[in-house]
Amino acid sequence: MIDKTTLWIVIVGLGLGSFFLRFVFTGLVGNRAMPEWLLRHLRYTAVAVLPALVAPQVLWPNATGGDIDPARLAAAAVTLSVGVLTKNVIGAILSGAATLYGLLYLLG
Amino acid sequence: MTITTTKSAYLKGIADGAPFILVIIPFAALFGLLATEAGLSVIEALSFSVVVIAGAAQFTALQLMQEEAPTIIVLASALAVNLRMAMYSASLTPWIGGAPLWQRALAAYLTVDQSYVIATAQYEKEPKMTIPQRMGYFFGAVTPIVPLWYIFTFIGAYLGAQVPDGWALDFAIPITFLAMIAPMFRTLAHVVAALVAVVVSLFATEVPYSLGVIVAGLIGMMAGAEVERWLNRRAGGPI
Repeated sequence: MIDKTTLWIVIVGLGLGSFFLRFVFTGLVGNRAMPEWLLRHLRYTAVAVLPALVAPQVLWPNATGGDIDPARLAAAAVTLSVGVLTKNVIGAILSGAATLYGLLYLLG
Repeated sequence: MTITTTKSAYLKGIADGAPFILVIIPFAALFGLLATEAGLSVIEALSFSVVVIAGAAQFTALQLMQEEAPTIIVLASALAVNLRMAMYSASLTPWIGGAPLWQRALAAYLTVDQSYVIATAQYEKEPKMTIPQRMGYFFGAVTPIVPLWYIFTFIGAYLGAQVPDGWALDFAIPITFLAMIAPMFRTLAHVVAALVAVVVSLFATEVPYSLGVIVAGLIGMMAGAEVERWLNRRAGGPI
């Protein structure tokens, strides 16, 4: 059972800490100019961080205890391909979900 | 649809944020369920989602608290999971740094993976948008997402039922993130940044507190920036 004091310390601490992380640059730098080399790196934040976040889950999902799962791997490949080809987010999500459920059903 | 007013920017934001409704509903409900399973009351689960709004960090904190990890470790780990938000903040600054402070503070509270990604994608696509239009777009993008994050945390916690493993909800987030990223591979530099980040993250899974993601992200960003410089040089442009 989670201790109530711990819980509220975590909720408030995590809330404040997360806000700080989200505000640190937009809030403190504001509209002061940032150097070109930094901007050049920041342009690749999203395309680097999100794939890094999901890659281990795609290859070694927790749900299968870290074993490679053909259904999840195929779903990831279909989502990415449909997304790249159509640039349609919802189409990519639905194709990925359909692949995942289809293969989980077929492969039992 | 080209954005001409703050209102049309807000509406376009809503339209572009809407697909994520599909994912936010099950994900928020799952957090509510797991939170009540861990012994949190409905109000506590809801407060967690309202105060923090960060799915992955909330799941991390919940799991570590259940394992009775020391409070400081719970906070450090969950904040490490959220460290990418600081990178998002830096990346948003050139676009919205000129907005009024209260708007920047509100946008900071509302910065989640989805709002960050679609907003920066839009800003890059239409660089001529004014700052009020950019803020309008950002707030539009979170309008269909964040309220549902609260509401379905509440519903999940209130119903408190078990989610069958067969629903494979663990994979809702990877699919969403891949779908969000796919349209962003516009240049070779973007592709290289992603590939390098993926390879590094696969080698860095043992790094504690999810810091491997941050390291992988930073190295991927450096790779992207270098390729951009190389492409510019080849095109005879400025370095």
